[in-house]
Amino acid sequence: MTISQTNGPGRRGTSRIGALFAAPYVLFVLAVFAVPLGYTVWISFHRFYFTAPGAGVDSPWVGLSNYRDVFTDPVVGRAFLNILIFLVINVPLTVGLSLVLAAALNAKLPFRSFFRAAYYVPYVTASVALVAVWAFLFGSDGLVNHALGGLAPDPSWLVNTHLAMPMIAFFVTWKQLGFFVMLYLAALQNVSGELYEAAAVDGAGSVRRFFSITVPGVRPATTLVLIYAIITGANLFSEPYLLTGGGGPDHASVSPVLVMYQKGIEQGHPDFAAALGIVLMVFVLAISLLARKISERGE
Amino acid sequence: MSTPTDHTRTTPAPSAAARESRSPATRGARTGRILQLTALSLGAVAFLFPFYYMVVGSLKKTTTGDVSGALPGGFTTANYRAINSAISLGRSLLNSGIVTGGVLLCTLVFGVLAGYALARLSFRGRGTVFATLLLVQTIPFQLLMLPLYALVVRNYGLGDSYLGMMLPFAINSTAVFLFRQFFLQLPASLFEAARIDGASELRILWTIALPMARPALLTGVLLTFIGPWNEFLWPFLVTKNTDMQPLAVSLAGFLSNLQGTVANPTGALLAGACVLALPAVALFLVFQRHFTHTNIDSGVKG
Repeated sequence: MTISQTNGPGRRGTSRIGALFAAPYVLFVLAVFAVPLGYTVWISFHRFYFTAPGAGVDSPWVGLSNYRDVFTDPVVGRAFLNILIFLVINVPLTVGLSLVLAAALNAKLPFRSFFRAAYYVPYVTASVALVAVWAFLFGSDGLVNHALGGLAPDPSWLVNTHLAMPMIAFFVTWKQLGFFVMLYLAALQNVSGELYEAAAVDGAGSVRRFFSITVPGVRPATTLVLIYAIITGANLFSEPYLLTGGGGPDHASVSPVLVMYQKGIEQGHPDFAAALGIVLMVFVLAISLLARKISERGE
Repeated sequence: MSTPTDHTRTTPAPSAAARESRSPATRGARTGRILQLTALSLGAVAFLFPFYYMVVGSLKKTTTGDVSGALPGGFTTANYRAINSAISLGRSLLNSGIVTGGVLLCTLVFGVLAGYALARLSFRGRGTVFATLLLVQTIPFQLLMLPLYALVVRNYGLGDSYLGMMLPFAINSTAVFLFRQFFLQLPASLFEAARIDGASELRILWTIALPMARPALLTGVLLTFIGPWNEFLWPFLVTKNTDMQPLAVSLAGFLSNLQGTVANPTGALLAGACVLALPAVALFLVFQRHFTHTNIDSGVKG
C-alpha cells in the first residue's frame, strides 16, 4: 500500500480512486432504484397509508391481500387489455415503418438530413405540447373531422370507447418513430455493403434484398425495438391522462400507470398501487424475455 | 484505411461490368428512387404538419378546427400574452430551466466520473456496478413512482422543491454508459504514459480524456436534456405550488382546468405548446450534425 502510493498510483491506488469516482452514481442508483424497489415490495405486503412524517400510523402485514385486490379489479384488467391493444398496434407499425424509413434514409438521397430531422422532431418534443396539437386536430370540431365530413366517427376519436386506445397507440407510434429510425440507421452500419453488391450481381431485386439481407442483418436492433416498445407501453401515463381526459370513456384508455396514480395518490391506496407496480414489472420482464427469445430464435 | 483503396484499385473492372449489365435495372432503380423520395416526402409532411398547425394555430385570433384554421394569415400575438398571464410563462420556463440545468450538471460531473472509472480504472465491484447500470436502463422509472413519491415528498419533505424534481433524473444512466463506451475507445497507451509521468487520475481525466470526449459530451447533453425538459408525471406529482411547476406541468394544468380563463383557449394552449417545444427542437436542429446515430447506438447497446 505504502509502496504503491509513493511510486505513484499503482493497482491499489487506482482501485480506491475508481471506487471514489463511481460512488456518486452508485449512491444515486441505490437511492432512486434499489431503495424504492425494496420499499414497493414492502408496501405491497402491508396495509399502507400516506402519512405526515413522524405520524405513528400502523402498517400491518396483510400478505397477498393487495395482490388479490389488484387481480380482481376490473379497471386493472382493462388497463392490461389496453396495453395489449397498444402493443398490437404499436409494435408492427413501429418495426415496419422505422425499418423501411431507416433503409431509405441510409441510401444517398437528396435532402437526407432534412428527412432525418423531420422524422425525429416529434421524438424530441414534449408529449404535453404534442398532446395539445393532437387534441386540437382530432377533437369533435377538429381539422380531421372537418376534412372527413360525414365520415367522421361519432362519438369523435378521443371520446370514443373503441377509438380512444388505438388513438393513443398511433400517437405514441408517431412520436417515438424517429428514435427507432435512428436505432435502425445505426444497426444498418453493421450490415456489410458487399452483401448487397453480391445480391445485386446475382439479380436480387431491392425488395428481395431488403427481406433477405436488411431484415436479418438488423435482428439485434429489432429485439431492442421490441423491448423499448414494451417498456413504453408499460410506462404510458401522459397520453391517456391528457389526450383522453383521465383515461377515456368507461376506462377505455386507462393504462396501468394511470391506475397506479389514480388509486395510489388520488384515492389514497398506495398499497394497492405498489402491488400493481410489482405485477406490472413482472409483466414487463416476462414479455421482454419472450421478445428476446423469439427474435433470437432465428440466429 | 488502406484496404478499401487496394480493393478499388485491383477490382475496377468487375464493378464496371456489373454496372453495365444492370443498365435496364438502373432505369427501374431511378423510378424506384423517385417513388422513394415521394414516399419520404409524404411521410415528412405527416410528421411536420402538426408542428406547422401548432405554430399557425398559436398565432390566430380565433383558433378554429375548420380548414381555414390551417391557412396562414390574420396573425396576432394575443395568444402568447394570454398564456403568459394565465400560467406565468416566464416563471414556468425558469423552473424548467433550473431543473434541466441541474440534471445536466449532475449527469456531466458525476456521469463522466463514473463512466471514466468504469472504463479506465479497476476497483472492487466494478463488474457489479456495470451490470447494475445495464439493468437500471431497462427498469421503467414510472413503476417506482409511488415509493419514490412516498420517500421524496412525504419522508424527505422535498415536495415543491427543485431538488425533489431533479432527484430521479439526477444522473442519466444512458449517458454514463455512453461516456464509458467513449473512454474505452481511447488508446490505453495515452493513460499509461500519463500515469508514468505521475499525473493524478483527476488530472488525466480533465486534461487528456475530457478534451477528446467532446463529441460524447455533446451527445450526452442532448440525450439528457429532453428527459427532464419534457417530463410530465414526476414534476406533476412533486409540485402542488404553481410557482414551482415546470412548463410541461403548468401547460397540462391549463389544458385540464384553466381553459375558461382566456378568450381563445386553444390558441393560448398552442402558444404554450410552441414555447415548450421550441428549446428542445432548436437544440436538436442546431446540433443535428453532431447527434449522429452511431452515438445513439452506443448509448443503447446495453
